[in-house]
Amino acid sequence: MKMRTLALLAGVAILLTGCQREERDTRPDPVKGAGDQAVPVTSLAPGGERPVDTDAKAARFADNAFHMSEGKRLFDWFNCSGCHSRGGGGMGPALMDDKWIYGSSIENIHATIRDGRPNGMPAFGGRVPDDQIWELAAYVRSLAGKSSKAAAPGRNDDLMPHPSENRLPDATTLGRSP
Amino acid sequence: MKVLARVGLTSCAGFLTGCSGVQSALDPHGPAGEELARLIWSFTALCTVIWLMVMGVLAVALVRRRRQAADPLETDVQSEHAASRAVLMAVVATGLVLVCLTVLSFFANRTLAGIGADAELTIEVTGYQWWWAVRYENSEPSRIVTTANEIHIPSGEPVRLVLKSQDVIHSFWVPALHGKLDLVPGVVNTLTLQADRNGTYRGQCAEYCGAQHAHMGVLVIAQPRVEFDAWYEAQLQNAAEPSSELARQGRDLFLNRPCVMCHKVQGTVAASNAGPELTHVASRKTLAAGTLSMSRGNLAAWIADPQSIKPGTRMPTMNLTGDELNAIVAYVETLK
Repeated sequence: MKMRTLALLAGVAILLTGCQREERDTRPDPVKGAGDQAVPVTSLAPGGERPVDTDAKAARFADNAFHMSEGKRLFDWFNCSGCHSRGGGGMGPALMDDKWIYGSSIENIHATIRDGRPNGMPAFGGRVPDDQIWELAAYVRSLAGKSSKAAAPGRNDDLMPHPSENRLPDATTLGRSP
Repeated sequence: MKVLARVGLTSCAGFLTGCSGVQSALDPHGPAGEELARLIWSFTALCTVIWLMVMGVLAVALVRRRRQAADPLETDVQSEHAASRAVLMAVVATGLVLVCLTVLSFFANRTLAGIGADAELTIEVTGYQWWWAVRYENSEPSRIVTTANEIHIPSGEPVRLVLKSQDVIHSFWVPALHGKLDLVPGVVNTLTLQADRNGTYRGQCAEYCGAQHAHMGVLVIAQPRVEFDAWYEAQLQNAAEPSSELARQGRDLFLNRPCVMCHKVQGTVAASNAGPELTHVASRKTLAAGTLSMSRGNLAAWIADPQSIKPGTRMPTMNLTGDELNAIVAYVETLK
């Protein structure tokens, strides 16, 4: 009897550990902005294989459910859809397909939003706090199915032309734009 | 024992003092609030009387114990009859009381629905996590006023409130003026507000809406028609050109820093509506939806680190130097 109670308690305790997915990092500590960051657009480099420069923040923001859902909200607030049309593309390129002119890594996307790109993409560095740029970058990756299904936003707050991000196909294998 | 009783009574009296003031349903200042207060008091009075009666009967039953019968299964036909009759009467009385209360509540509802069918002013109130956007409708687009977290109304006049939500379900509740009404995404609810006396009434989101639900307050300020009209005209104006060098510097920073991505200051290029409108923010009484009172110190504290004051709020902590913060605060202070 005692054994059974103990086993039950242990089971409940194990279940409880499943309640915690991740910390919500609302206040960066210490508060720091964008540092100097060297992000190559390509991993090709002369002289053979070399470690690629990455940003320490990339790992914190990529595949983080809270940051991706914040990124989704910011995507709407900052009117990214004005050019990218909910990820489908319009005046700006589509974000749901597998074409990445300036690279598909989160560092590449962050650099694109921060510094802008020729032919239309404005530089948001300074106007958007650095952490929010990372959140947007993490979210943009989920539009092409490039992030973990367990973390990508699973709900649309309003009418959307495509399924929620955790149900979007991976653009590398499916949904190639013509 | 006596001391305990005295302490109990004093603390009860202490609680009762909380029943008056800027946010109390028991201190009504409008027809709807009065109707609801009447309903609360009549329900309370009736239920108190019934409770006292039940307790009295219980006390009598305890004091006048019946003798123990020799055989527990023995039944006395006469007393059985009396008991059945008593239970039946109590059930009928309970039913009647419930019907009475239902009718009372129905009439109160009818009165509430009838208030202010002729309201002239329509104000759209939209709930956000965790603040209120306020928009005064007008057939002339240039005369539409937008503000946040503070609703000015002319006293003695009914005002129609159109309630909407942009994210989750909120509830608009100004206890002294009206009952609660939910703000539901995709649904439009309307409510008529009327304050009979001038004054400031505090309201609060009354439906749990996330981390900072408790810090989602709203002020309703009822003022004479003349004052209200003057306030309205002032709100229509563009933000004044800052006069001091520091404030001008602050404006340039405001327009080049994250502020511009979410806030609107009429008369500048800042035209976003993701956060509260700031054109006349310094003329408001509170900051961050009733969280802080409006002062230079609080403004600086809020802009420097909103996440410490209201953790989880949508306003991010920004990377500003002391000089930049000083200039931005000086600018925001000029937005009267």
